[in-house]
Amino acid sequence: MTATAETSQVTGLRQQVLVLYLASSALDARVVGWSTYDGTGETHPTTGDSDEPPYKTGLDALKDGWRLFQAAQLNPPYPGHEYDVSFLKHEFFFEKLV
Amino acid sequence: MPHPHRKHLLTSVQMAHFVATGALRMDAVVPDEMNQQAIEVLNAGIPAVPYGTPLSEAFVDSEFVQRLVQLPEVAGAIHSLVGPEPTVDHHAVHIRRAHEGEAQNLHGDAIIDVRTDAFDVQLMYYPQDVTLEMGGTLSVPGSHLRRTNESDTGRYQNLLGQTRLVCPAGTVQLLHHGIWHGGRKNDSDLDRYMFKIRFNPTVRQVRLWNTDDLYDEQVAAELEQNFPWYENATGRLERYNRIMMWRAISGDDTYDPNYWVTRVTNRPQRVVADRAKNPHAGAQKKEMA
Repeated sequence: MTATAETSQVTGLRQQVLVLYLASSALDARVVGWSTYDGTGETHPTTGDSDEPPYKTGLDALKDGWRLFQAAQLNPPYPGHEYDVSFLKHEFFFEKLV
Repeated sequence: MPHPHRKHLLTSVQMAHFVATGALRMDAVVPDEMNQQAIEVLNAGIPAVPYGTPLSEAFVDSEFVQRLVQLPEVAGAIHSLVGPEPTVDHHAVHIRRAHEGEAQNLHGDAIIDVRTDAFDVQLMYYPQDVTLEMGGTLSVPGSHLRRTNESDTGRYQNLLGQTRLVCPAGTVQLLHHGIWHGGRKNDSDLDRYMFKIRFNPTVRQVRLWNTDDLYDEQVAAELEQNFPWYENATGRLERYNRIMMWRAISGDDTYDPNYWVTRVTNRPQRVVADRAKNPHAGAQKKEMA
């Protein structure tokens, strides 16, 4: 038995993960993108499955019981690449243990 | 390939729409009679084409595809975007089977491609009516200028304002090579078909369309549009990058109605400072009375 399986048998808990992409680095900014992963295996979220965000802002997710466990760092652009656009910058990871 | 009639070329406003969104959609542009044939043709397979084959030679063994790319509106759009006699990079028949349980990750095709003065175009042809349930292609308007590599964007499941394609039979989309997209899960009872061709330009992509409306104010309106998934600050950089692309394809390196590029490249060289205020200058001579 793996360590992970042992832990979940002891606690009975599984992690649900919500990733929100926000319009600015402020946690109460509006949601512009979202992804979910369900450690219970009961739901199967996937690419392009919804046009409606689960919350209007990151703060709304906190109010609904999601725990923030990671926020994207604010890094200055690389010199010479100040006008480049690439990945979404304001990424926030939340979890619920169920 | 004959030169398309001017009336079938894209307008400047349509080109500006492509520069802003990375996509051009033509609903039901392929006639029903061809759509009826298409499934059988696509199931039989389209003969392989070596990379870099000129379009006029690429489909000599596929009369159906020749007809598709020679439809006046389709030929006009291809010419407007990539010019005369592009080469065929590759083509592919994509089939999402009924109740196929997996969606593709959001991705850009090939590898990261950061050209600012040239672009490839991918034609996508949908021979059937595509419903939401059938999992039509997901694409993200305005994502084509983002510098990301292939499926490194796979973590993004949904973005506000994304396009989940629902379209009538015979619809053709032309997409910029960089656009984020993916085949969605097909939850219907029908197999879904899509035929794709990637074109490489062989000429400089400058004013290849009908430029009669080049200075129409709707051009600027298209280039200024915002998309709901843009972050506040990065959305401004998107406008900067669109201006650079428009300058490249219009040949007008002064175009910038809203000053996004002009103000951050303004480096005046004329010096007007009074010599007396320069501490490194020698003592000033007395002026003559």
